[in-house]
Amino acid sequence: MNTGKRQKQRKVLLMGKSGAGKSSMRSIVFSNYVAKDVRRLGATIDVEHSNIKFMGNLMLNLWDCGGQDGFVENYLTHQRNHVFGSVAVLIFVFDIESREFQADVISYSNIIRALEECSPAAKIFCLIHKMDLVQARLRVQLFDERAEYIRGASESFRDHVEFFPTSIWDQSLYKAWTQIIYFLIPNASSIEGLLQQLAEIIDARELILYERTTCLMVTHVTRQVEGQNPFTDRFERISSILKTHKQSMAKHTGIPAGSANFAEMQIKTGRFMFFICRLTENTNLAASLPPSEQIFNAARLNIRLARPKFAELDIASKPRPGIQQAFAHSAESERERERREGGGGAEERDRDSYAGRGGGKGKEPVHGFEG
Amino acid sequence: MDDLPDADMPPSDVPPRYHTGRLPNSKAGDGKPRLLLMGQRRSGKSSISSVVFHKLPPSETLYLETTTHIKRESMHSFMDFQVWDFPGHLDYFDPAFDVDNIFEEIGALIWVIDAQDEYLEAIMRLNTTILNLQHSYPNINVEVFVHKVDGLSEDYKGDTFRDIIQRVQDELSDHGYENAPVSFYQTSIYDHSIFEAFSKVIQKLIPQLPTLEALLNSLCSTCHIEKAYLFDIMSKIYIATDTSPTDIGSYEICSDYIDVVIDVSEIYGWDRPEENGQSELVETGNNDAESLITMERKGNNYLYLREINKYLALVCLMGDDSPADKKAVIDYNVGVFQTALKQVFPRADRDMSAQPAT
Repeated sequence: MNTGKRQKQRKVLLMGKSGAGKSSMRSIVFSNYVAKDVRRLGATIDVEHSNIKFMGNLMLNLWDCGGQDGFVENYLTHQRNHVFGSVAVLIFVFDIESREFQADVISYSNIIRALEECSPAAKIFCLIHKMDLVQARLRVQLFDERAEYIRGASESFRDHVEFFPTSIWDQSLYKAWTQIIYFLIPNASSIEGLLQQLAEIIDARELILYERTTCLMVTHVTRQVEGQNPFTDRFERISSILKTHKQSMAKHTGIPAGSANFAEMQIKTGRFMFFICRLTENTNLAASLPPSEQIFNAARLNIRLARPKFAELDIASKPRPGIQQAFAHSAESERERERREGGGGAEERDRDSYAGRGGGKGKEPVHGFEG
Repeated sequence: MDDLPDADMPPSDVPPRYHTGRLPNSKAGDGKPRLLLMGQRRSGKSSISSVVFHKLPPSETLYLETTTHIKRESMHSFMDFQVWDFPGHLDYFDPAFDVDNIFEEIGALIWVIDAQDEYLEAIMRLNTTILNLQHSYPNINVEVFVHKVDGLSEDYKGDTFRDIIQRVQDELSDHGYENAPVSFYQTSIYDHSIFEAFSKVIQKLIPQLPTLEALLNSLCSTCHIEKAYLFDIMSKIYIATDTSPTDIGSYEICSDYIDVVIDVSEIYGWDRPEENGQSELVETGNNDAESLITMERKGNNYLYLREINKYLALVCLMGDDSPADKKAVIDYNVGVFQTALKQVFPRADRDMSAQPAT
């Protein structure tokens, strides 16, 4: 994978036929929409750009490309270099219910050719979407058939393209996006290493790192018997549970969904203890522990102490108003920031100037992201 | 809460029989109160019972078959009861039917009226039923669900609801039956209203309700709890709440919260093989699940959940002046509440000893 390269801004193209569900997906994953709300979305005209801050040091530059033929023609001709240049990931969405599957694939291979020409190193994820509309027993077979056919049309990417069956009505959407995000995270292995250490120290059965706003899993560490947990889809399930809960809280308290974050959630039973709390500015840590109060309390404390360590990995870039709104200041994060500032030998200054100095500390060059 | 007197238990030689929700006029039977679901065909009776008691997603109820015979289902929960789902087209007062057999153990008669359809005939049949039952079973609670209100606009919804109430009451008093024990609810399976309506129906069948409410009130004032619900975990019906005003919003938060806890518990509560080498006894948490969610923003209330027994969970919306740091105090008081509840509902204990909690 592409660790080491600390590239910050990654361009992600979201393409597929008109009505395939691209914008619906995007709204659910990144904008706190509920599945049933997406029917209100209109058609996407041309390209909708969105910059999504993910884990501080990763900025997703998501291009949601309207799928109507006229627009696609335009991408492939006039805007060819503009659209397909320096792409990190192409996400192509196929509608399983499409009556013109052949035509979809032809359009797909045109796009692939353009991509091959402009960004040959890009990674392709194909999402076969709306799987909920297929009868359960036919799903696997149909998915395999379609995936094989599409692979055949993938030119030089054919060995690297990855396929996922998705639906906005279950956690499969989170599963696919988790994989995509994992691919994009520049320092996944160092985060994992640190998590592994933490897990050993606090004697956790499992630690899962979630991004805060999207509730997507960043990575996880599983130890001992927890590896035999029969729920292999538990990471996506928890994503989906957290998201649903967030929406429920937002709905009934009148806070916008973006900021209806909990500070901590604890669940204790005789079989396990579980809690989710804030780890860094952009992440939540879920920990599953043996059912013991002492381990539980020690773990909470240790995680709090480990925060600055993770904060280093998760270097915040210049705050953006849109995303920062979602981040309510808690006493904890204030303290955390002070600690970080102290480390940089810095005196009191406001957020912007602090972030602006990030480059000066020699940890991470700060790019201008505007636009 | 220690000062609370024990719930009154009249002295008797007979070992106490646990409450079954039986009404005074019911005859001896299997001791399980019945909820009868009646109404016109296609008014949504089977959908209601599937959604509430079988957790069927509301969208799937489209595919339910028409009910052709009486479906009897037993529900095992904090109190056992039966749900009888009746086909819409039957005439129960046909001499061929054993009316006594149907109505003798009845807890509540739930009459479902489709608010999106012509309801005059439904009202007529409802009134016939009430009048027929009035003689032999005068204490039956009749609960009218004005159903499928999700499809109506706010104004029209209110008008329809009032119109139905008016018609039923007028017609009953025309027949000389004043102050009939009929209650009305607006319901829909697409939101929480159906659960709330069922909660109120079930609460009427619990004679200990005043005691429970008093206990909850006292818990709320001691711990600065804004709203406390005692939930039946399986059906997410609340069997009691404190007497402060209820709004559906707080019910929904608590009900969604139970879902979160159940889902996470399912994921991590699997049967682990014995962990070797870790046999030394570590201090374990108590077996009753407890959970807590604190919100990030200051001033927002937080949520507290505590499993009371196999069937019941206490869910509280905490007030602003009850910080999470005082959780130990709350834990203690909830423990006292739990003990009190055991005396009110001794059956939970009996079940615990009979079979290990799952």
